[in-house]
Amino acid sequence: MVRVLINVPKTARRGEVIELKVLISHPMETGQRRNDMGQPIPRDIIHSFRCTYNNELVLDADFYPAISANPFLSFTALAEESGQIVMTFTDDHGVEQTESRAITVA
Amino acid sequence: MNRRRFLVLSGAILLPAIWAPARATPAEVKAAIRRAVGDAPLQPGRVKLDVPVLVENGNAVALAASIDALPGEVRAMHVFADGNPLPNVGSFRFGPRTGQPRIATRMRLATSQTVIAIAQMTDGTCFTDSVDLLVTLAACLE
Repeated sequence: MVRVLINVPKTARRGEVIELKVLISHPMETGQRRNDMGQPIPRDIIHSFRCTYNNELVLDADFYPAISANPFLSFTALAEESGQIVMTFTDDHGVEQTESRAITVA
Repeated sequence: MNRRRFLVLSGAILLPAIWAPARATPAEVKAAIRRAVGDAPLQPGRVKLDVPVLVENGNAVALAASIDALPGEVRAMHVFADGNPLPNVGSFRFGPRTGQPRIATRMRLATSQTVIAIAQMTDGTCFTDSVDLLVTLAACLE
């Protein structure tokens, strides 16, 4: 489990475009670097990220090593009804982590 | 050739080889773009790529890409950096719950180069925007 900071508004009006922001604590090792012994450091990045709103897709992203360490992503969703915003991401070890936030739509 | 001269010369030959960041060839950049969007022609316009023109730290460069279109018209946004060892930066596919077709993130840049954003529409056409930028402190060197 890595530390994740997610910014989702708690409430929204129906039909409002809401801004979703996520910051994941992760080194995003590129695989291009070498250690002090000259050995290549193996790649270790979060390679996929997916966000859904009540099981409907908001954003499905592929990350490459060019995404900075501690990846930050900002995107938008359309608020139609109350429910759950779920974010899932997978790293090179195959570890999948899921975070969810509730939103109330008035 | 004495020892001092040999050391200086060998250093001059070896150091650039270690320090110069590997850079994708134009053919590799083209191939990466073709893998993402296929053979559709890239039309300039509609897409807005927002990155600083002068980058002080290549390890975290703010990047924002948007397109003047309704969310249902856009399938995905792809970002490429042609001077990185691997030109791909990220691919972002939109869904039925996307509010507006725009994303923002932070990327690494290995050297001064051109950053390209390509929006792929649901009908297969592609719009693009690119920015040439200068990087003073490159990423990936240590």
